[in-house]
Parts: sequence; structure tokens; C-alpha cells
Amino acid sequence: MANLHTEFAGIKSPNPFWLASAPPTDKEYNVVRAFEAGWGGVVWKTLGEEGPPVVNVNGPRYGAVHNSDRRLFGLNNIELITDRPLEVNLREIKNVKRNWPDRAMVVSLMVPCEEEAWKRILPLVEDTGADGIELNFGCPHGMSERGMGAAVGQVPEYIEMVTRWCKQHTRMPVIVKLTPNITDIRYPARAAKSGGADAVSMINTINSIIGVDLDQMAPMPTVGGKGTHGGYCGPAVKPIALNMVAEVARNGDTAGIPISGIGGIETWRDAAEFMALGAGNVQVCTAAMTYGFRIVEEMIDGLSRWMDENGYNSVDQIVGRAVPQVTDWQHLNLNYVAKAVIDQDSCIKCGRCHIACEDTSHQAITSMKDGERFFEVIDEECVGCNLCVNVCPVENCITMEQMTEGVDPRTNQPISDNHLEWTAHPNNPMRTQAE
Amino acid sequence: MKTFKTTSNGTLSNDDIEENFDDLHPLLSNGNAVVEASRCLYCYDAPCMNACPTKIDIPKFIKQIHTHDPDSAAETILTSNILGGTCARVCPTEELCEEVCVVNETEGAPVKIGELQRFAVDGLMQKTRPHPFKRGAETGVTFAVIGAGPAGLAFAHRFAMLGNQAVIFEKREKAGGLNEYGLAGYKMADDFAQKEIDFLMGIGGIEIRYGQTLGDTVLLDQLQADFDGVFIGVGLSNANQLNIPGIDLTGVEDAIDFIDRLRCAPAKAHIKIDSDVVVIGGGNTAIDAAVQARCLGAESVTLAYRRGQDAMSATDWEQLLATTNGVNIIHWANPREITGSSDVEAVVFDKMKSVDGKLTPTGETITVQADMVLMAIGQSMAETGLEDIALEGGKIKIGPQYQTSIAGIYAGGDCTATGTDLTVQAVEDGKQAAIFADTQLRSKSVRHKRS
Repeated sequence: MANLHTEFAGIKSPNPFWLASAPPTDKEYNVVRAFEAGWGGVVWKTLGEEGPPVVNVNGPRYGAVHNSDRRLFGLNNIELITDRPLEVNLREIKNVKRNWPDRAMVVSLMVPCEEEAWKRILPLVEDTGADGIELNFGCPHGMSERGMGAAVGQVPEYIEMVTRWCKQHTRMPVIVKLTPNITDIRYPARAAKSGGADAVSMINTINSIIGVDLDQMAPMPTVGGKGTHGGYCGPAVKPIALNMVAEVARNGDTAGIPISGIGGIETWRDAAEFMALGAGNVQVCTAAMTYGFRIVEEMIDGLSRWMDENGYNSVDQIVGRAVPQVTDWQHLNLNYVAKAVIDQDSCIKCGRCHIACEDTSHQAITSMKDGERFFEVIDEECVGCNLCVNVCPVENCITMEQMTEGVDPRTNQPISDNHLEWTAHPNNPMRTQAE
Repeated sequence: MKTFKTTSNGTLSNDDIEENFDDLHPLLSNGNAVVEASRCLYCYDAPCMNACPTKIDIPKFIKQIHTHDPDSAAETILTSNILGGTCARVCPTEELCEEVCVVNETEGAPVKIGELQRFAVDGLMQKTRPHPFKRGAETGVTFAVIGAGPAGLAFAHRFAMLGNQAVIFEKREKAGGLNEYGLAGYKMADDFAQKEIDFLMGIGGIEIRYGQTLGDTVLLDQLQADFDGVFIGVGLSNANQLNIPGIDLTGVEDAIDFIDRLRCAPAKAHIKIDSDVVVIGGGNTAIDAAVQARCLGAESVTLAYRRGQDAMSATDWEQLLATTNGVNIIHWANPREITGSSDVEAVVFDKMKSVDGKLTPTGETITVQADMVLMAIGQSMAETGLEDIALEGGKIKIGPQYQTSIAGIYAGGDCTATGTDLTVQAVEDGKQAAIFADTQLRSKSVRHKRS
């Protein structure tokens, strides 16, 4: 069986599945249950500085977007960092780490943007025996209004500065958690690296309003008639997170920094995708909050089986494996031609491919043949856009088939084996001539 | 599928019997309806819609349920089929919309279109809202409608909606026709037929006169003289009779009369049922009679059909409902005689076989003990009062625009030669006839006889 053991920024864990810093990791009770269920590590819910703890709202903290079958697809929250006293959290962290030495224990931190504040808290955390710290530069709500969280994460200079303070004042590995609420993830990633970060984790939640209560005419979740923006997470944000992970993994000056992948991971497959794009491990929250901790069993089993079946012996062999195939649009091969093909045996004749193509695309799918419902691709019109594949309710009924020879009936151009990308395309006035 | 309280030895309590006549299908909850609606693929040129005789825009109404707008869904349904509530309950959906649902192919079971339709329509009807449709500008035209069954009601509603008026002549004391008198009680629980008629009448411009019998208190030529036109939707009110010995014995009854008695009974438990019941026939009326006999506490109910299972006009679902609830269905049994001195004692059947497609006795007989025999071998049109109208196969001959042989007289529903014994088809007939009649009236100047 594949070895799922990982070492991430020097922190060992029996598998790459960690629980992200969030409500599931706020207390010893929850974290012990998570470890009993099999999670490889946790990032303890963000601690703040000593003194009166933060106060949370006493009404709803979460709002959700549901799929058509009412499965939870996206979640947002307006919960703040831990609202329990610092010493209680530290005592519990110490207990858990002592009792579960093989699991990764990382502590998330968020204190004011002053060196003294960080200098005060770091030894307290170090004393618990924790394996590392994660700097919460991400939360887009509440704490950001007080100059913390995303307010730091949106300013690369602050990231670099705080990261450097942490590296100076602790021997623990420092993971910098990045906010997606920026225009280009590479800037904060570079700043973290410059500050000496041992790793980055991404993404934190996305700033969002989950919906509007049309009776109260107020954003949801509504607290006493008003609502505020919160952090969005869950399966809906996965594509955004995947791109950000890939950008950091493939960018020259950030490549190589360990990345802990976060964002809508719900299955082993999601995890494998993050790791293929460069994540050394993954962190999960919403899926656990939706289904409970035991989902990690399916994640472990699924990842192991997939690795075994594909000849991967260790997690290292997956990490970053898809990165070389991530490129810019301008380098895609414009001589690659594919056409949609509808398998008539599996077609159920719902006609969705037809109407999608007819109304919104290229009029390349029939609806009728000899007076009967019949859906077939018209190669002369098909641009290979893949929309029909995406809207078809039957898996593998419509496939994209590459043309490898002959003439594309749409363009009347012969199929060419030569790679032709935009940088060299005749229509590109800025093209670079082939030598 | 509902399993009724039944007995093979003893009697049912009154509570059991009343519970048996409760709704066959519970109303979907809001959450279940939305999830069920999510199964719909929103097909292009949807097969379900084309399979519906009234062409309800099914993908649209299901999408409306799914987007939490069930009242709009109800309006979508009722625009095409004003008796969408009844049709949601009694349509053989497994042979219409649900049969062709493409989700059958992917999931092995269709979207529950009938139950979703009911969810939407019942929801709207339960709210005290103004009638959802508005009448067009008053035309001054008034038609007489004979029969307040599905065809007549659908005609009257659409005709009124177009700005005309309708006076319905109904021979019974309540409107609804088969909806009120001819369907199993558990299909139309909670007095749904009358509620639906109250709702339908909300359009205005419709008057119903009760106790009006065609050929007696209502005469076709008088209606022609008094109204701008006539629509006939009299259905098939005569039960077909078998000419076999013993047919007159006490205990032999037409199934439609039995069903009618049950529907009219304020408390079902007051209907006396015998312990051994034989139902003769193979249609949904036979099933309704047989299952209801079980619901009342009949210990043994045998449904006998002269041909094989494939030829039964009762849908597979109806047959399953019967067998699940202890009705013994025997095939290839043709009634030969009913025996008994004054009361029924048994029914003797010839065992039959098919020889080159022709029904032929095998020479063997089967005897089934019976103290009640319900005949459900089809119905035919009562011709009284319709002597001047051209018939075809004992039913009213109509043209493509529902016109009869007499100008200004239209007909639709089961009483026409193209009738299909489907409520939903009768609704479509009434609706289309109203549209054609209205179009024709507008295309020429008509002297309004009542204005």
C-alpha cells in the first residue's frame, strides 16, 4: 500500500490530510476526535494575544449555497478567531501534542501588527511542543477591520515584515496562510518567501456575501436585521484555490516553496489534484463541518488505492507532477483539433447538448433525423469547445476526439502535427519568427 | 405504493376503512419536491411535454418548483390543463409523461412528474388567492354545455376565459362527472373534485344547472334556440351488460354504480361489502372496484379478465396496486354464467386461450365462489336526446375542430368517436373545442341569441 506519510516544511504526519484552522480545531475535544478518526494533523484555530478574548456574534455565523439536490456547495462564515482564553488553548494544545506525538500540530496565530505582540506569543506556543505555526493573514471579516487577518495579507510588505519577526523569534517552522482577496497571489507568496517563510498555505476564505434574505432585505447570515461580508469556502472555491496553488508552484521566484493546499477539498481526488499542482499536503475544513470527521477514512483509502493503481509509492511522487503542464494560453497548440462525438448508445436524448450549442454556441448539434429525436455533432460547425460535454447529464456519452489526420471540415485546413502557438501564429502581429 | 388495511378473515374496523380511503399518495413536502425537481434534466423539446395530451410545459413547471416558485408552476400547469389537480392524481403517468422521461434511462425511474404537478396545483389551490386567470373582454356569446365532467368543465373554463359565457347542464346533483362519481375514493380524497370545481368556477362567466337530464329536461333543439352554440361532453354513462345466465341475480352490480355509491357515501364504512367479491373486467374501473372492495373489508376479491395480462387496459401500476393489496387477478377467464338461486353464489368461467389471435374456450371451466359480482366490461354513451347527431361506433362523430354533424354544436371527451377514456384527453378536447368555437365565432358576425 502506498505510503501516505508526509513531511511538510519539516513537520511529519502520517498522512497529508490536515484539518484547517477553523471551528473544528478550536478545542481539545474536537481535535482528539479528529485524531481518533485518522486525521494526519491539525492547524489549531487561530489564537489571538493574551487578554480578554474576542467576542463572537450570538446569532448565525454561517450561510450556505446549496446544490440542486441541497448538498452544501459553498459556506461562508463570520466567525472570528478563537473566543476562548489563550491559556486554555495553550494548555489543551500541549495536552493533545503530548498524547498524539505522531500527528502534526500547527498553531494558527493572529496578533496585532507589532513586533512585541508576536514576540510575546511565540514562546508561549513553542512551549506547548507544537510542530509549527501558521500566520493567519487571511480572514476577510471582522479581524481585518482591526488591522489583522486579510488587512495584513493584502499588503506584501507587512507579510514580509511579520514573517521575518516570526522567523527571528521562534525556531518553529513558519507557514504563511495567504488570502485570495488580492489580484495576484504571486505577490504575497513572494513576500512570504522573502520574509523567510518555511511554507505557504492557501487559500483562506474568499470575501463574500452568501445571499440576501429578501424578506428582511438583508445579507445572510442575518444578525438582528443586518448582515456583513464573510469568508467563503467549500467545494465552490476549489477552482480558485487550484489556480492560486498552481501559480505559486510554477512561478519562477516562488516555485519550490512548500504549499499546503486549502480550498473546497472534500474527496481524495480533490486532494490529489491539489498535490499534482504542487501542494505538499492539504487542509480540509468545510467537508468535515458538513459530514463529520470520518470522511478522512474515504480520503485515505481513496488516495492510497489511486496511488497503488497508478504506481505511486509515496506522496512526494505526486506533488507537483502536473505543474509542468500548466502553461500560459499563448503557449497552447493552436494546431490541436478536437471534435465532440456523441455515443448514440448511451445518449438518452434529453437534447441539452443541442439547445446549449444551438442557443449559445455554434449550431453544431442536430435535434432531429427522419422525424425522430436525434442528436449528432455537425463536424463542419463544431469548434471543439466542450460545452456539450459539460452540459450532458450522462458521463462519457459525449467525448472530445482529437483529429490526427485529414482536413478539419470546419476550417478546411489540413491537420498538422506541428506545434503552432500564438507567439508564432501568423495572425499575431507581435509574433516571434521561428529560427 | 400504499398498502391498505385488508383482511382475509374477519372485518375491518371503521377507522381502518376510513384510513383506507385517505390519499393514495401523500403530498410531497416542500423539501422533497425541490429535491425531486432537481432530477429533471430540463430537456430540449421535452418528450414528457409531447406525451401529455394537454401539452403542459413540464420542464418549465418543474424548474419553477425547483426555483422555489411553486405558484408559478401551478399557473404553468393550469394554463394548459385547468384540471391539472385531478390529472396529477389519476393520469396514467407511467404510460404518458413519465414513460418517456429520459431520466428512466439514467436512473431507472422517471422524475415524479405527477406528484410534482400535484404539489404545485394543490399548493396554489390551498391558498386563498384570486383565480389566476382573467377573462377577456366580454363577447356577449353564451354556449350551453351538456355535462359537467372533465370535458365540459374544461370547455366552460376556456370559453369563459376567452370572454364568453357558459351554462352547464348537469344531470346529477354535483359537478365533476367521473372525477366526482367514477374514481376510487382514495384517488380523490378530501372532496378534491368539488374543491377543484370551486376553484375553476372562480374565473366567472360559468353557471351550472343541476338535475338537468338530456332528452328530458334538456332538449338539444331548445338549447340551439336559446344559446349561441352547444358543447356536448356527456361521457359514457351506460355500463355495458353481459348477456349470460344469472346476470339478474341479487348481488350482481355494475362496477361504476358500486364506485358511485362509495363516492356518495358520507362514511365509507356504511357501505356493506360481502366477503367474496368477483370483479369482471380488465380496465382501471375494474381495478378501482376490486381494490375498494378490499378496502371495505372483502375477504376475497377476484378480478377476472378474459384475455392475458398484456391485453388488460389497466396500467401495470394499477394492476400492481391491486395485487399488492390482495386482489387475485385471473387471466384467460371468460364469464359463462352466474349461479345462485336468488342471491349470487358463484361465477363460472370458461378458461380461454388465444388461437391465432382469436379468443377461444379451452373446454375447461373455473368456478369462483361469490356473493357479490361487479361488472366492469366497459361503458357506452347514452344516446337519449342525441338522436339528431351523427354517431360513429355508438359515439359522437366529430371533425378536426370538434364540430359535430350539426353546425354550432361541438363535442369532446369520452363521448366522441376519438375519445380515449383519459381524463386528460377530455380536458384537452374541451379546451381545444372552446378555442375553435371562439375562433369561429370571432371570424363571422354572430347574432347573440341571449343578448
